[in-house]
Amino acid sequence: MSEVFDAMQFLSYLINGISLGSVYALIALGYTMVYGIAKMLNFAHGDVIMIGSYVVFFAFGSFGLNPIVSVLLSMVVCTLLGVTVERVAYRPLREAPSLAVLITAIGVSYLLQQTAQLMWSSNPKSFTSVVGLRAVSLFDGQLMISGETIVTILSCILIMLALTWFVNHTSAGHAMLAVSEDRGAAQLMGVNVNATISLTFAIGSALAAIAGALLCSSYPTLQPTTGAMPGIKAFVAAVFGGIGSIPGAFVGGILLGIIENLSKAYISTQLSDAIVFLMLIVVLLVKPTGLLGKKVNVKV
Amino acid sequence: MAITKLKNMKKTTKSNLITFGIVVAFYLVIQLCTGMGMMTSSFAGQLVPICAYIILAVSLNLTVGILGELSLGHAGFMSVGAFSGTLVWMTTSATLPSWLALALSFVVGGVVAGLFGLLIGIPVLRLSGDYLAIVTLAFGEIIKNFMNACYLGYDANGLHFSLKDSASLHLAADGQVLINGAMGITGVKKASTFTVGIILILITLVVILNLIHSRAGRAITSIRDNEIAAQSIGINITRYKLMAFIVSAVFAGVAGVLYSLNFSTLVAKKFDYNTSILILVFVVLGGIGNIRGSIIAAAILTVLPELLRSMNDYRMLIYAIVLIVVMIFSQSPQLVAWRKKTLAKFKKNGSVKPPKGVA
Amino acid sequence: MKKFVSIVLATAMAAALAGCGATATPTAATSESGSTASAAAIKIGGIGPITGGAAVYGTAVKNGEELAVKEINALGGTQFELNFEDDEHDAEKSVNAYNTLKDWGMQVLAGPVTTTPTLAVAAEAAVDGIFVMTPSASAQAVIETGDNVFQVCFTDPNQGVASADYIADNALATAVGVIYDASDAYSSGIYEKFKAQADSKGLSIVAAEAFTADNKSDLSTQVTKCKDAGADLIFLPIYYTEASQILKYADSIGYTPAFFGCDGLDGLLAVEGFDTTLAEGVMLLTPFAADAADAKTQAFVKAYEAAYGETPNQFAADAYDVIYAIYEASEAAGVTADMNAADICEALKTQIITMSFDGLTGTNMTWDATGAVSKAPQAVVIKDGAYSAMTASSESAK
Repeated sequence: MSEVFDAMQFLSYLINGISLGSVYALIALGYTMVYGIAKMLNFAHGDVIMIGSYVVFFAFGSFGLNPIVSVLLSMVVCTLLGVTVERVAYRPLREAPSLAVLITAIGVSYLLQQTAQLMWSSNPKSFTSVVGLRAVSLFDGQLMISGETIVTILSCILIMLALTWFVNHTSAGHAMLAVSEDRGAAQLMGVNVNATISLTFAIGSALAAIAGALLCSSYPTLQPTTGAMPGIKAFVAAVFGGIGSIPGAFVGGILLGIIENLSKAYISTQLSDAIVFLMLIVVLLVKPTGLLGKKVNVKV
Repeated sequence: MAITKLKNMKKTTKSNLITFGIVVAFYLVIQLCTGMGMMTSSFAGQLVPICAYIILAVSLNLTVGILGELSLGHAGFMSVGAFSGTLVWMTTSATLPSWLALALSFVVGGVVAGLFGLLIGIPVLRLSGDYLAIVTLAFGEIIKNFMNACYLGYDANGLHFSLKDSASLHLAADGQVLINGAMGITGVKKASTFTVGIILILITLVVILNLIHSRAGRAITSIRDNEIAAQSIGINITRYKLMAFIVSAVFAGVAGVLYSLNFSTLVAKKFDYNTSILILVFVVLGGIGNIRGSIIAAAILTVLPELLRSMNDYRMLIYAIVLIVVMIFSQSPQLVAWRKKTLAKFKKNGSVKPPKGVA
Repeated sequence: MKKFVSIVLATAMAAALAGCGATATPTAATSESGSTASAAAIKIGGIGPITGGAAVYGTAVKNGEELAVKEINALGGTQFELNFEDDEHDAEKSVNAYNTLKDWGMQVLAGPVTTTPTLAVAAEAAVDGIFVMTPSASAQAVIETGDNVFQVCFTDPNQGVASADYIADNALATAVGVIYDASDAYSSGIYEKFKAQADSKGLSIVAAEAFTADNKSDLSTQVTKCKDAGADLIFLPIYYTEASQILKYADSIGYTPAFFGCDGLDGLLAVEGFDTTLAEGVMLLTPFAADAADAKTQAFVKAYEAAYGETPNQFAADAYDVIYAIYEASEAAGVTADMNAADICEALKTQIITMSFDGLTGTNMTWDATGAVSKAPQAVVIKDGAYSAMTASSESAK
């Protein structure tokens, strides 16, 4: 009897982990895409997510627009934001050392947080879920899987498939692959590098809007700092799975969520962050390019 | 005579002397201002943090600029140094003469941070690039999380340690909690002064500049420029990478002690990735690999947010914009080329003029 | 290029140095002419986070202090001038803010807001002999820093002990779960004392689950663990932001224990977009309730809403009380704006421990020489989306 009960407990922690992991995975998809093609760590990605969440909050929560329309609106806003940031802050530094772009991205992250605070104040807002789906109850209500989790996982899988198809079967996608392999060679072959990178940012930011809406649907506190920590964790997830790899981001995100919640459940709620980061180090030491990352041989 | 000596001096020695000169001049100017009562409390209060940030920036530049590896966990070393050094200070300042207790705190802080550098360095330096960066970030976060959950107490039965809460320490009635989780260490007797800070900066510069210009330093730079080529001529990659990494960690620990002994309270939360990134900003803005640039950038960027106080709510917004604009202007290849062109024009005009004036 | 950058930076640094030299002169001028020009107003400094993650608390304090100063100046008696500086919830920045205020000529400090910065600033103020009254830094160590440091909020031990007593005396629970923020001094401080008192009262704590600032977006596992441990009451010594998430998640898994919190939970009902029916039945010990019926609170809430467009929380109320307490003490002790900070400090220190103060957060508030406040915690329960006093509160408040 007690064994059955424990299994049930374990399952409920596992589901909590998958819920969290699916949100990480969704954010990580945007991260990994930008990293894979533009070769830069976009530290402002989490803050684009935050801006997207505010747009949904006002469109859906305050003006009562249809949730899908709200998310679409947020995608438009984030895309414009992402492309503008890329044009103004990142493009002038394309040929500069990669550290310069990293610092600029951090500057953009501060800028977005401060702007949000000035516009919407630092008072937390409680986000109304955009997901209308009811929770699924299993084993006579002993286990609940929330509608948000189901929608997030489905969105993740759909986006993952769509991205993979896009990259492999369209000319814009091929251009992305080419830029990701060798920027200089791609340019020589007639690929418009700037346009390709802009497109990457557009797609990454649109994904951030979806991620923002679903992040705040599952974890409803919305503040100017909401995007920062999930952004870092998703970055870790992307590295975990092998940064640059689309399925890697998905696997890394889900695993990270599960590890975080199981360590809270069975080891220590205080030390769960340390355990998550320790796992990351261990994985990278065993497999230096992440779980599904490609091994690149350096040639002389 | 002196001038010819200066002329015949090696270029690097001259450059090093200028760096030392800047630090000493900075010290003298500040002392003069203080003596004349011209210092504001605001600026006087920032002097020790400025010194700490300068040491941090210089030591991180050794990893980022000279070794060429991106580290996002410098605050982690600062943290372990700060906690161990402060504990030493708390326990010895009552019994030992205060200069000795202080020196001991800095040494212990540096050594402990160095040990962590070794511990982290051995496995981690096998990685490179962004993967190394993320692992150092992870290390910093682990340290922060661990110190946040760390409870350490002392009573007649000796030291007690717990990772849960202070009640689990089971201290005797006369026991004293030294590190109290998220509250950290409280009631620290302030000991850092500007003079101590400047002495530590000079020590840091002597060690790091000598290392850079030594045989080992050249080995380290060759690893940065081409690891495979360096290996092929018989340079022990691991040894030199570790050497740079550990020296960098030691000084981060020393800076941590300097920083923490300037405030009456020390918490782990301060040493998060934001602090690591802040130090990285100093290094990048001052010029990667440029030690003098790190010193100047650290000083200016520490003072800047304070000078912006009159902007009230817009303060951090303006700071962010300044950061982005300065980055683009100093690093964008197109702008750098444009600047060089204008500068060259300017120089041409300038070099023509003086002879005219003399004539 | 490197050379160019260093030249630019060096120039900027020279400019910065010149800048501080330049600012030094006007400040010196004001302090010299202070006796004549500012004879009208006592300079009050405020410090708190108005940017960054803790900005919501600092902003509330800033607003509460501004409002009180405006009202007091309108009375025409002792005049105040307020200057509020940002500290980003960081000890270093807080000390910087303190020094900036000192340059401005601060005579009394009404702050800082959060615990760790207050510890750092209070140590400086103890050396300088400046009177410090913090609205909300509640750790015991804060008032231990010096005899010039006073609190308007309850100390953490006080809250933890009072909560455990209240739960035990009114038999509210058989099995208690606790969810607290281990990375926060306030939250872990209350938890620690709560646990000690609960143990001595025979109250059984079946689960004590922590979260940290880095993983607070997902609190599902902590709630699930309390549920699995069979807790019928969850004690929440945390702020309302995270509490709103806990309530929402508990509701979604159909878990309905009683919830009990401290003053940090105040503000829960004002969270924009929060479904207040989820907070139904939540109990909290708080010194302030925005919809209390007394005239003082109602006037304050009305003025605050008119000025800032939002409902004040207990941070704003505590801050408002700080200014009024300083005002009453200054009037009684005959403090005038031409006195220096150290004399004002001595006068206020002796005055404050002899007086009794009626504020928003308590009536007949008194202070002892350690700096701790004595006021009766009020137990309220959320009913129909509003606070109502709990009937049993009079028995246990003693």
